[in-house]
Amino acid sequence: MNTIINFLFAAIKAGTPLLLGTTGEIITEKSGSLNLGVEGLMYMGAFAGFYAGYKTNSVIIAVIASMLMAMFGALIFAFLTVTLQANQNVTGLTLTIFGSGLSIFFGQQMINNEGGKPSMSVDFMAKLAEEPLPLLGDIPVVGKILFSHNPLVYLAVVIAILAWIYIRFTRAGLNMRAVGENAAAADASGINVNRVKYMNILLGGGVCGIGGAYIAIINSYGGWDNGCINGQGWISVALVIFASWSPAKAILGSLVFGAFSAFQIRANEFASAFPALSFLAEIPSAIYVMLPFLLTAIILIFTSIRGKREGAQPANCGINYYREER
Amino acid sequence: MKKLLSILLVLTTILSMGVFTSCSSADSNFKVGVIHIGDPADGSGYSFAHDQGIVDMQKNIGLADSQIVRKININDGDAAATKTAIEECIEEGCNIIFGTSWGYMETMAELAEQYPDVIFSHGTGYMSNDTNFNNYFGRIYQARYLSGIAAGLKTQSNKIGYVAAWGTDNAEVTGGLDAFAKGVAAVNPDATVYVKTTDSWFDLSKEGEVAQALIDLGCDVIGQHCDTTAPQLAAENAGVWGCGYNSDMTSSAPNAHLTAPIWNWGVYYTSAVEAAMDGKWAEFGNYFGGLKEGFVDISPLTANCAENTQTIIEAVKKLIVDGEFAVFDGKQIKVDGTTVSVVDEAMMDNAGNTIVEAGGACLDDATITGAINWYYSNVVAA
Repeated sequence: MNTIINFLFAAIKAGTPLLLGTTGEIITEKSGSLNLGVEGLMYMGAFAGFYAGYKTNSVIIAVIASMLMAMFGALIFAFLTVTLQANQNVTGLTLTIFGSGLSIFFGQQMINNEGGKPSMSVDFMAKLAEEPLPLLGDIPVVGKILFSHNPLVYLAVVIAILAWIYIRFTRAGLNMRAVGENAAAADASGINVNRVKYMNILLGGGVCGIGGAYIAIINSYGGWDNGCINGQGWISVALVIFASWSPAKAILGSLVFGAFSAFQIRANEFASAFPALSFLAEIPSAIYVMLPFLLTAIILIFTSIRGKREGAQPANCGINYYREER
Repeated sequence: MKKLLSILLVLTTILSMGVFTSCSSADSNFKVGVIHIGDPADGSGYSFAHDQGIVDMQKNIGLADSQIVRKININDGDAAATKTAIEECIEEGCNIIFGTSWGYMETMAELAEQYPDVIFSHGTGYMSNDTNFNNYFGRIYQARYLSGIAAGLKTQSNKIGYVAAWGTDNAEVTGGLDAFAKGVAAVNPDATVYVKTTDSWFDLSKEGEVAQALIDLGCDVIGQHCDTTAPQLAAENAGVWGCGYNSDMTSSAPNAHLTAPIWNWGVYYTSAVEAAMDGKWAEFGNYFGGLKEGFVDISPLTANCAENTQTIIEAVKKLIVDGEFAVFDGKQIKVDGTTVSVVDEAMMDNAGNTIVEAGGACLDDATITGAINWYYSNVVAA
């Protein structure tokens, strides 16, 4: 039983940065921009969040700093693709390289200045301790799995739910969806397409940045590492497809992806705890690294066969809107 | 006239080449190249430890900063990048090149054939030739045995976790784990060592996750054979203890850290560079130093260690240095209070096979470096 509880707990912990990255990318893509620079934005957020937290000892400032830094990265993307009409794929890839380079540059600078890899203070990490919530945390089993996490996990879930409400139920969300599906029609109906695009690219980028800070602070137990993101931004991009462009489904999707990551380490425990699963000990762990992507590919195949409008990529995603070309 | 001129030109070229080569053998032109897998600026861990050794060597011999060429963050899985880094060193005039990571081995073997005038020295591997390519490594397992004693004395749950970079196919990691586990068994026969692998020398997130999974299993001391401080940070975070590796990790995890097996790479780098400079490389051969040579050791025990740890470890260390006990032999240390003695005991793996009969001699060096692919009797792959 403990094996399962600890496994699910670890899955949620590992899935949280993916949830933030995915939610950010969904907001961006829903408004018609395919920003492949999530990895870079997460790197930027990771450094800014870590450094701000390290210097100020404040979790809130760390989160805000990571958001602002990633928004700066997103602003570059928005300016290039919306104002200057640059190709979105190329700009996104460039942003990945730029963001990771910038983070490593400043990260190394920080390491040199501090005379070694800095670690967060005990005081700072205590604010992010995995404490059970009052009342809810006392529920057996569920309390440990769902309600004993560090505060950033709840923040991520709240952000995902807010994003879902925003996209689905608000006027602004309707406008951004209109821009993402058919920018020309949205323009004709009086929506300021460029403004909507700018705002959602920035918002989405900011959310990705928090995911980066989560990795830099939580995954490493407060120790800085220049290569901390290590491809998790790309996994977030894949997860957008897995979640069929819905932040609500992204909560479930990130749990699945996080579970694969946690399972990779714990497969042997399952094999020894449950005799029926003893075959797990024989499976090479690299399989679990591959599975999320395989699953994404399969889902992509099924959604494109089904051809349903709902849960498909926004029609204008990845295409720049240029009014004079209508 | 033209012919004469061209002959003259060729002659001057040949002459000047001769002058340059003779120049490069002078001490002030002697250059040392180092290929690092990470960045020594990190202040802890594998590359830092190696670079401390290089700095010690530089001080001992009195080389100028310009005589040391460092290549950092060279991925040892990337043969092309390794080759480029080494060739850059050669172009910059390095006379001896140290490759500090396992994965550089085959590239160095290949380049040693290609550049017979340059000395190639590879750490942690097993390949060498008789002329310009040697291998250096140390009996870190002796230090791991000592850290295992610290862990075995400390554990309360009798469950000790071990974050291993690779599985049983890697003899370096597996041998180190077995020595650690035998050290645990010496002072705590009831303890079990649980091992999980990360499949990477250096992966901060994964090492932290694996350490957490071991802590979830009930382990209260986390040992490691991987390069980041993440396992120690995870132990600190969970309020349990740990043994780091490569360099003293106490500053990263002040409340968790017990001790770490450490390298004094400077001992080797100094003697190797001296031999190369004095033209005595031909006799130098491969290097495999241990506690006796001061090449490996453990970092000073912290206040987190259990009572009497210092006394027991000192006594065991003396037995190893004096050659009374060699870790991978048919003997075991017995501790009664603070009295330490050596008894005959067969060395068994965790499948019940006898590796060394009771009282048997220590495994040979080739087996220790290349063929330990079994787990000691108290180890469980978790």
